Amino acid sequence: MGHACYRIFLKTVPYIMNKPEVIGKEGLNRLIQILTGMGYQVIGPTVRDEAIVYDSVHSIEDLPAGWTDEQEGGTYRLKKRSDEALFGYTLGPHSWKQFLHPPERRLWQAQKDSLGFDIVPEKLNNIKYAFLGVRSCELHAIAIQDKVFIQSPHTDLHYQSLRQNALFVAVNCGQAGNTCFCVSMQTGPKVEMGYDLVLTEILDDECHTFLISAGSDAGKTILKAVEAKPAGENEVKRAEEIIANTANQMGRTMATENIKELLYENVEHPAWEKIAGRCLSCANCTMVCPTCFCSTVEDVTDITGDHAERWQKWDSCFTMDFSSIHGGAVRNSTQSRYRQWMTHKLASWQDQFDTSGCVGCGRCITWCPVGIDLTREVAVIRESQPDQAGKLSGSGGQNENS
Amino acid sequence: MANSSKPKVAVWKFASCDGCQLSLLDCEDELLAITQEIKIANFPEASRAVIKGPYDLSLVEGSITTPHDMTRIQEIRRLSKVLITIGACATSGGIQALRNFKDINEFISIVYASPEFISTLDKSTPISTHVKVDFELRGCPINKMQLVEVISAFLSNRKPNTPEHSTCVECKRKGTVCVMVGKGTMCLGPVTHAGCDALCPTYNRGCYGCFGPKENPNTDSLAKWLISNGKTSDEMVRAFRSFNAGSDAFCKESQVNEEKD
Ligand code: SF4
Ligand code: SF4
Ligand code: SF4
Repeated sequence: MGHACYRIFLKTVPYIMNKPEVIGKEGLNRLIQILTGMGYQVIGPTVRDEAIVYDSVHSIEDLPAGWTDEQEGGTYRLKKRSDEALFGYTLGPHSWKQFLHPPERRLWQAQKDSLGFDIVPEKLNNIKYAFLGVRSCELHAIAIQDKVFIQSPHTDLHYQSLRQNALFVAVNCGQAGNTCFCVSMQTGPKVEMGYDLVLTEILDDECHTFLISAGSDAGKTILKAVEAKPAGENEVKRAEEIIANTANQMGRTMATENIKELLYENVEHPAWEKIAGRCLSCANCTMVCPTCFCSTVEDVTDITGDHAERWQKWDSCFTMDFSSIHGGAVRNSTQSRYRQWMTHKLASWQDQFDTSGCVGCGRCITWCPVGIDLTREVAVIRESQPDQAGKLSGSGGQNENS
Repeated sequence: MANSSKPKVAVWKFASCDGCQLSLLDCEDELLAITQEIKIANFPEASRAVIKGPYDLSLVEGSITTPHDMTRIQEIRRLSKVLITIGACATSGGIQALRNFKDINEFISIVYASPEFISTLDKSTPISTHVKVDFELRGCPINKMQLVEVISAFLSNRKPNTPEHSTCVECKRKGTVCVMVGKGTMCLGPVTHAGCDALCPTYNRGCYGCFGPKENPNTDSLAKWLISNGKTSDEMVRAFRSFNAGSDAFCKESQVNEEKD
């Protein structure tokens, strides 16, 4: 199988869609069994603690049939749908980052001996994950983390290994969430890159089918084993309609024109202080963000002092330790931390990685305990610019037209 | 290590429930290793034997609530090379700091049959109000793994890993679904110091703030958000007035909401 990550950054043109085929619910179940049989640990959406989270799935019985989510800044609620859709939700609190860039991981251990100490390196994890139900914005987020962890002078071998072994079964979104803005960020809702297989769920009257096509050789091989039927013209047309409809439902928008210059020119702006009045510097936004990659390292010794370990843990630009250098923290105020976060996401990330750091998934809006909304905050700064006033009115913040 | 070269460690108790000392006894798996590396010189919950000072490390539990305690803590400080407080009582005054908001004499006259025998201070204060404290370990009670970490760090002469960020970071690292966003449950996690491994949210409860305020806590914003989502100022007073009622940030927030009420 071609290494998935290389495929993403060597091929900038979208994979030529293979001829779409159709499967039913049994076909989807078969797909899960085939992947499991191939040694993949299948991770997909499932209901836990009143949310749709990503965890092991063993059959379609584990999928969130008939559930959807309602989201707003600082609130998320599961709701019953009127149908039995398996992918009829948008995004939950988890992202695939949890698996590819785990929250806590030991980097090495050291054992004292008579001569000094021995370093015991950590073995690479060779789990093969098959991710089921990956959305377009999430594939873009993974491509961004690839740039950070693989295409960097210091490749993260652990990430690289998990990433290269992973298989992606993507889903075109059948509806947009209230905090989604992938259209603004040009990252969705249509799956166009980075997938092995892509599904579109079609629920019409009595029929519940999935349009499926392959985006890689591995996907093609698996699709053959699934024994799908060729898709009819109607099904292909219906799938396109569904995606177009989703694109028109974005709950949020963000005007991205000259956004880098806008933020660089507004390092001093009254908005930052106002946000700091509300921001808890709790770091939830960075933890749920699928592109945020920052971590800290902790060295621990045991009671005897003969054994030491170094652990890597997710960290955030919102914690004080994170910006601590000799003599203290360089960003003491919440104002400077929020500004750092947003300016990095939307502006300096472009200089650093040649892409935006935001894919418009809306997680940071929904999972902020006090509902701080970056699309709104960008709009506040933009609207305050003398030459911008009026010009971009209607952009930013909640989409009133949807 | 030869017995004589082992650091001498003493555990001291002031106004407290003994829960933090018990956390040390609760370190079953590690206790043997601990006693091999240190000499326990005083530990009221474990033994009545007392070895004379000076001590390399004193672990202090409890808050200062009597005139006698005020002198005793000075003496302990004098005899201790390193003094570490353990738990919310020692670090912020504990649940007994609720007296700080009321008239102590009224309590005494209501509760005790012979109030004349009671000698107590009108405020419950943390150890740091009275003597220099080298390190404060948070929690009500403390987390036993953090205690092992603090002792290990002391023995290796390094900084302990006890991050001051929010409890939310622990929730997110564990993959716990946020109870506040997901269910609208009141949670103090965003203003609370990490350390419990987000125990309550893991069991579908909001955080009670047992570890006290985190670095840079924005209690004002959290309280305003909770009130705009249906909580009352009175509920805010009670939320911020528990085990860490005496900490600056929680004390102030409870007072602001009490005035509103
Ligand atoms: S910044 Fe927010 S909306 Fe953008 S990718 Fe991160 S979590 Fe999603
Ligand atoms: S923006 Fe929201 S989630 Fe992020 S640190 Fe501030 S309060 Fe927490
Ligand atoms: S449950 Fe509480 S501690 Fe956990 S993320 Fe939510 S607000 Fe923070």
